[in-house]
Amino acid sequence: MNRIGGRFTGTQRVLHWGMAVGILAMLFIGVGMVSTVTTSYLALVSIHKPLGVAILVLVVLRIAVRLRSGTPPLPVDLPAPVKLGATLSHYVLYLLMIAMPLLGWGMLSAAAYPIELFPGVFLPAILPQSDSLHTLLWNLHRALAFVFFAVILLHIAAGLFHALVRRDGVFQSMAGGSIPDEPSVSTAAE
Amino acid sequence: MPRPTSSSTLGSLVLIAVVIGGSGASFAYTAGWLSPDQLTPTRLVAALAPPSGPVAGHRRNHAKGICFTGSFEANGAGLALSKAQVFQKGSYPVIGRFNLGVPDPMAVDGAARVRGIGVQIATPDGQEWRMAMINPPFFPVASPQAFYALLVASGKKDDPNAMKNFAAVHPEIGAFGAWAGSAPFTESYAEERFNSLDSFTFTDGLGADHVVRWSLVPAAQAVSVSKDDLAKRSNDFLEQEITQRVAAGPQRWTMTVTVAEQGDPTADPSKAWPDGRRTVDVGTLVASKIVAEPDGPCREINYDPTVLPSGIHTSDDPFPSARSAAYAVSYDRRTAEAAAYPTHGGAPQ
Repeated sequence: MNRIGGRFTGTQRVLHWGMAVGILAMLFIGVGMVSTVTTSYLALVSIHKPLGVAILVLVVLRIAVRLRSGTPPLPVDLPAPVKLGATLSHYVLYLLMIAMPLLGWGMLSAAAYPIELFPGVFLPAILPQSDSLHTLLWNLHRALAFVFFAVILLHIAAGLFHALVRRDGVFQSMAGGSIPDEPSVSTAAE
Repeated sequence: MPRPTSSSTLGSLVLIAVVIGGSGASFAYTAGWLSPDQLTPTRLVAALAPPSGPVAGHRRNHAKGICFTGSFEANGAGLALSKAQVFQKGSYPVIGRFNLGVPDPMAVDGAARVRGIGVQIATPDGQEWRMAMINPPFFPVASPQAFYALLVASGKKDDPNAMKNFAAVHPEIGAFGAWAGSAPFTESYAEERFNSLDSFTFTDGLGADHVVRWSLVPAAQAVSVSKDDLAKRSNDFLEQEITQRVAAGPQRWTMTVTVAEQGDPTADPSKAWPDGRRTVDVGTLVASKIVAEPDGPCREINYDPTVLPSGIHTSDDPFPSARSAAYAVSYDRRTAEAAAYPTHGGAPQ
């Protein structure tokens, strides 16, 4: 229960929660749009593309902010394998935040579809038309979407575990709210 | 130290399990996994397959086709309806595809009742207009769900009542049946009138919307061929004929845009609009070169009718969305199976 203080900066927290909403929306829109033939299909596709690009821009910004502001350290009593898991899962999340929009952009390019973000605003193709590239990127985009959702569920479960069971301040370092006090053991250590 | 009691720990773990389980279930529901009867693009595409299954590497419908290149010669009149650059007076490159409305790439040309055309027009502003049109004057059914039901019913060859039952629920199929039974067959793609059937919305330079349908009206005089005569033609006579005809001289169609009036059935392509609607001839489609599909530029194009330039968007017609969803599945499938496609002029297996 040794919380070593510190929170993510306000900018980091706004980016985290804003992107959390955006990414979850993307995943639900993605699986929803490919399972319908109603007019929602076109509406969802027209949200999926600009939102994906927004996430790509935001994750670049977020990584820059993280490199500058750093992160609060994890509790010292967190077992090493758990720490490793936390670190690795965060790398996976960042990789997916970058990869998914690029894969989507690439697969639409390889299919020679115009990529319209807003009426009259188009992204350039980043690849030439290619059956094999389209297939590869499409398969990756689809498979990694499920991986992404699974890792996010794990992330949410871990966050709630910190908040409700360990009560070690890790959740509050991103969520805000008062960080549980650590009256006896660690005060001296600090 | 405020260590949680074990009972509140258990409660917390249950809460976490509920949150994660609920999220997973919502995701599964959104993906349609909990709704086996939902009409998905995959189901729609699967229903198009012939009894022997889909033909790998080929489009899932309108599978047999031949590419052409040419131009769209806009006369400027279309600007009254849409601000799209494609309507500014000028010549814009076209990659097109003549095709048969069947899922078999080896189909016999004379046997296909529905003939189609795919057109992609590119404009200097970097935008594209893609369309896929067919020669009937109206669509067989009023909704994508009805189209799926039609595919299912017509696939039940051993059930003599399947089509009767379908027609009882979807009486609009009667008009299409009458057309299919009586409309003459022509001897050439160049003699076909191709129709958008679906309505779209054009937006003019002042921001006013006009719901329209359009047709490609052939310059060539239609010569009808009797069914007996059709049966004697070679399997690929339409492809051979258009190749020879275009080699002898470019073939032309006038693009005629018809503007809906208040109350016209814009959402139902099975219903023609009344005569006397305003029409605007906006330009001429010119087919100037034929290229066999395996080596042609049309093979890699998905003629998704929702690829539209600024100044055109979808209307309340429910089909373009369903077509876009289904065409994407067809494209994803056939490109994944590209190895099965007989490229470079090789004879199909």
